Amino acid sequence: MEGYIHGLEWTVKELFTYPNEFITWSIQIVMYPYMTGLVAGAFVLSSLYHVFGQEDLKDLAKFALVFSFALLLVAPMPLMFHLQHPLRGMEVFFTPHFTSAISAFGIVFFTYSMVVSTEIWFVYRKFFVEQALSLKGKEGLVNRFKWLIYTALTLGAYDISEEALHKDERAVKILAAIGIPVACFLHGYAGFIFGSVKANALWMTPLMPVIFIMSAIVSGIALCMLTYIVIMEWKKFRIKRARKPWEVTAEEVGGVELDLMRKTSKYLIGFLIAAITLELLDLVFRGYTAVKSWDILRSVIYERDFFKIFILQYTFGDLIPFIMLLMPRPTVRRLVVALVLVLFGVFMMRWNVVIGGQAFSLTFAGYMDYHIPIIPHNIETFKEGVMGALVIGIMPFVLFWGINKIVPSLKYK
Amino acid sequence: MRQTRREFLKTITRGAIATALPIGAFKFLSPREARAAVASSNVRWGFLVDTYKCVGCGFCVKACKLENEVPYDAPVTRTWVERYVILKNGRMLADTPMGARDGFTDPKVQEQEVNPRDIAKAFFVPKLCNQCENPPCVQVCPVGATYQRADGVVLVDRSWCIGCGYCIMACPYGVRFFHPIYHTAEKCTFCIHRLVKGMNTACVDACPFGARKVGNLKDPNDPVTQVILNQRVAVLKPEYGTKPQAFYIGLDENVR
Repeated sequence: MEGYIHGLEWTVKELFTYPNEFITWSIQIVMYPYMTGLVAGAFVLSSLYHVFGQEDLKDLAKFALVFSFALLLVAPMPLMFHLQHPLRGMEVFFTPHFTSAISAFGIVFFTYSMVVSTEIWFVYRKFFVEQALSLKGKEGLVNRFKWLIYTALTLGAYDISEEALHKDERAVKILAAIGIPVACFLHGYAGFIFGSVKANALWMTPLMPVIFIMSAIVSGIALCMLTYIVIMEWKKFRIKRARKPWEVTAEEVGGVELDLMRKTSKYLIGFLIAAITLELLDLVFRGYTAVKSWDILRSVIYERDFFKIFILQYTFGDLIPFIMLLMPRPTVRRLVVALVLVLFGVFMMRWNVVIGGQAFSLTFAGYMDYHIPIIPHNIETFKEGVMGALVIGIMPFVLFWGINKIVPSLKYK
Repeated sequence: MRQTRREFLKTITRGAIATALPIGAFKFLSPREARAAVASSNVRWGFLVDTYKCVGCGFCVKACKLENEVPYDAPVTRTWVERYVILKNGRMLADTPMGARDGFTDPKVQEQEVNPRDIAKAFFVPKLCNQCENPPCVQVCPVGATYQRADGVVLVDRSWCIGCGYCIMACPYGVRFFHPIYHTAEKCTFCIHRLVKGMNTACVDACPFGARKVGNLKDPNDPVTQVILNQRVAVLKPEYGTKPQAFYIGLDENVR
């Protein structure tokens, strides 16, 4: 077995720290709440239509649901990258120790996967049956294979009468309603993992789960909107390229419906305000009560991490996109920039919590700096470096591409 | 037999109540309570550090690393010694180079030259796992790989630890780390393999000045218990509610 000290490579210590202190929770623990947050956010977005009947979100709801499923499959991956013994990860399901917040992961994750996959099944049941029936008896290996998949996916329920479909709709509504608290719980408990660590002065606050949920919904909605815009614009671009301009009708190149985007961004702004309010409340409260840890926290927040917190997170991640989204007459380009900034802002928030929480020593008299490994030279620096984070970041899109082949969630115009 | 829905629900409800009542008479025990009920231990290991006696030689750290096979040249260690220098202007300087494995050979503190005339007071503080009565590390382990023995000592099961690092984050004292070879959570065990044989911990035996002592807190005649009962002692970071069981004589307010 290879001998190395976890964290030694990327931790730079300053002043007085305990000998065993390192940045133990690195980039993958930033990615983990980021990914679960996107899952929760995407699901809540789809539920806004199914449960609250927000008709304006109808087109986006299906896409958000399927995308949330792709994200869900990625959510445990950062944990696997982070574990020192990834092959033992299954123990969390087999021998859960219920006083630990992480042990809830198995239960919450599986409950949530069941809710989402069942909801997708009800939404797409009619489609599965139609596909299975139309592909029956067709020649060709691909058709045979597709027929096999869709037949399996119908689960033997071929009734697509008006009455049966109506029942499906009701089931979707109920599942979407159950899904909202479960999605919030999935992410709220990720916040609880941090908020309940009493040894960490920055993390320990009961607001943590709520802040996490709010910023999760913000990031989820932003990612859904962004992906939707990119896919729609890409389609428009392809249609335009394939045919002569005069052969294309206006309906075909519809691209992004700005009206839909404007309405969705209203929800985004709402949750963004809630998230920022809570974060600022936390900050003000810490400064006002100024308990023992405040001296070191203040030096981290206002001095050492000032740029990351106030410039990157609050200014670029919150303030600028906030103004851009509120400005009248939205354009696709402005929307894209604002959404990218929002996603970046939420990522920075996760970073500032996870890495920022380890930026100071337990002695309250020393600091630790995280130097993220960029070019990996061993498995450790790959997993817990920029490359590992990129793999996790790209994964949902790859999975969505695959899943979307079976359950098409984007309407062609 | 024909049954209406109403009747069916009625029967189910009655049945559920009928079964729930006797079950309610039982008390559900946590594994810890169950263990305590069957075999209550008459041993509770505790530690006593006399900071006045510590000279910072680092023999304890050396002995611990060798005894417990923590790689000698790794900066991580199960026990360490801190040096505190309080200047006359109230400034605190502290360090622990390599956990004080080789003692404190450099007069520079925190890489700073200190004029001896500016020093108000200076002292050494040995640190190790406090074997807390209410250990947060045990609470947060998602798989139960770390556990508290009936005699209070907290251990890690190297064959079961998944290496998530939650316990490392949860310990306010920074005593836990990933073992450089096994890559599982590692911590001071009070040399339990020695204690159960009636021996002392390696660090206690290595200390030339008697600054470290280990004893059974449940035995009122144990010299360690005697000191804790009769003298003024303090524990580290009591505000975390972990109820640490390593007691310190002469603990200064500057100690972190």
